[in-house]
Amino acid sequence: MSNILVIAEHDTGTLNPSVAKTVACAASIQDAKITIAVFVNGDDSIALQAAKLNAVDNVLQINNAANEHALAAVIAPQVASIASRYSHVFGPSTTFGKDLMPRIAALLNVNQISDVMEAIDSHKFRRPIYAGNAILTVEAQPDSIVIATVRTASYQAVDSDNTAPVEVQSSDADIPSHTRFVELKAGKSDRPDLQSASKVVSGGRALASAENFDIIYSLADTMGAGVGASRAAVDAGYVPNEMQVGQTGKIIAPDLYVAIGISGAIQHLTGIKDAGTIVAINKDEEAPIFEVADIGLVGDLFKIVPELEQALK
Amino acid sequence: MLEIDKLEKILVGLKRVVDYNVRVRVKADASGVETDGVKMSINPFDEIALEEALRIKERGEADEVVVVSMGRTECQQQLRTGLAMGADRAILVESDDEIDSLTGAKILLALVEREHPGLVILGKQAIDNDNNQTGQMLAALWDRPQATFASELTISGDSATVTREVDVGLETIEIDLPAVVTADLRLNEPRYVKLPDIMKAKKKPLDIVPLADLSVAPAPRLTSVEYTAPEQRQKGVIVDDVAGLVAALKEKGLA
Ligand SMILES: Cc1cc2nc3c(=O)[nH]c(=O)nc-3n(C[C@H](O)[C@H](O)[C@H](O)COP(=O)(O)OP(=O)(O)OC[C@H]3O[C@@H](n4cnc5c(N)ncnc54)[C@H](O)[C@@H]3O)c2cc1C
Repeated sequence: MSNILVIAEHDTGTLNPSVAKTVACAASIQDAKITIAVFVNGDDSIALQAAKLNAVDNVLQINNAANEHALAAVIAPQVASIASRYSHVFGPSTTFGKDLMPRIAALLNVNQISDVMEAIDSHKFRRPIYAGNAILTVEAQPDSIVIATVRTASYQAVDSDNTAPVEVQSSDADIPSHTRFVELKAGKSDRPDLQSASKVVSGGRALASAENFDIIYSLADTMGAGVGASRAAVDAGYVPNEMQVGQTGKIIAPDLYVAIGISGAIQHLTGIKDAGTIVAINKDEEAPIFEVADIGLVGDLFKIVPELEQALK
Repeated sequence: MLEIDKLEKILVGLKRVVDYNVRVRVKADASGVETDGVKMSINPFDEIALEEALRIKERGEADEVVVVSMGRTECQQQLRTGLAMGADRAILVESDDEIDSLTGAKILLALVEREHPGLVILGKQAIDNDNNQTGQMLAALWDRPQATFASELTISGDSATVTREVDVGLETIEIDLPAVVTADLRLNEPRYVKLPDIMKAKKKPLDIVPLADLSVAPAPRLTSVEYTAPEQRQKGVIVDDVAGLVAALKEKGLA
């Protein structure tokens, strides 16, 4: 049997949607007993949300004043101190999990399996490498604990009609004070969240300015879509960093992805490999994005996008 | 700033990887990816890490920048490039075996114990295995702070303020030094190497340390079972105009 500990990501009182996908990966392993660990400073509401996730056997709420902010240096020793009870520790492959999980792995003297896209069995996994240009099957030693991050775009969230028991503890792990939270500047948006939206419209360097990017927002609003961008659009300051899609941005799997004025570099494509339908609008018919697009339209985006918005209204 | 606050040394990791412009292919026997005759470069994130270290030194906030690589003798090429960019000296920890993330972190820790840097800057991930682990692991083993995915770094005395690119936006943390920082894409834009600098770099010291000399404790390894090509998406249709696009979307139930 596998005893799997899933580390919960949460912010401002809400369980992150990536947790339900991480649980789905854990549940795909035969005979898995799944525990969610919630590190908080006394807030009971996160554990209650976690307890609703199907396939979860129990929830561990670990209280500590230092857990006010999710700092890897603070959480890792608390996880390491309870890890011996588990055969696996999983976290989402979000910036939270990517920051935290390797710190836990090192404390436990094992290598981490990053970005699991498929669990073949309890110790054998498939994961993308080289920006998704190759898939590696990797196997952990049978007697060692498995530490992994889960590529959330590869999994469907489990449903939430469970009532798993919650156990509340406080941590006696040695917690360092060398790392201190200062502030979080979160982009505010009423649009669907990029990582869970069923439709996403993205703009690239071709937009040429932050003002011009308004036509992307406007089209997205008409379609009820989330908004993304290429690295070039972020680097140029047209949009904030949290909108970047790709190898080093967000890996997403919407039903519909519309790439506008984006050339289709491999680092961008790796972020949209699992999209249902890809639409490309680009004036260069040779652009590599057309190699992967299900529907392509060659032409000037400044003419096409307003026309498309009108047609969809 | 008081002289006493200056960092003596910054350690930067440079990994030799397949250049980011190369379209990587899996070998027919599933044993790895094709690297014969393929262009190799410094991992782009590590180049950003080095650029940041050089800027800190050029602002007068550090005395020395040391670049480190781990692996085969060919890694000297990437170290020479690092020296040409402006690093003061280089260390190659030589090994013919593949070095996994945890072993890499242990090797870096051994060098940290020798060199006592005030700061270690690494790339946030290597674009070959895309692991995104080594910096965090080094920080854990060293029992020091980590600031991953950095897009801004300010040193002030014995602490640093780091802005990190996270999923919801930008997080700022304060860390005591020494610490490990991992570089994200927007930390800076690395400089180009000029020809005279390449000539000068040939005279800079490059130490070669056999891995066996560092007495790094082994850890359970992960076995690479097989490498396969990803499922390819098929090329679709090209429509003539917006009406054609809308019709195609409607057909798929997407409009
Ligand atoms: C280590 C590393 C990591 C990276 N990670 C990422 C990542 O996570 N995400 C990412 O996106 N990139 C990433 N990149 C960058 C990537 O390689 C490309 O540089 C980037 O994706 C290009 O963005 P773009 O397509 O917007 O710009 P360009 O490549 O410049 O393409 C612009 C496109 O717009 C078209 N165009 C121009 N004008 C018009 C018009 N009027 N109408 C219609 N079309 C027009 C052009 O034909 C062109 O195809 C990474 C690079 C490196 C080295």
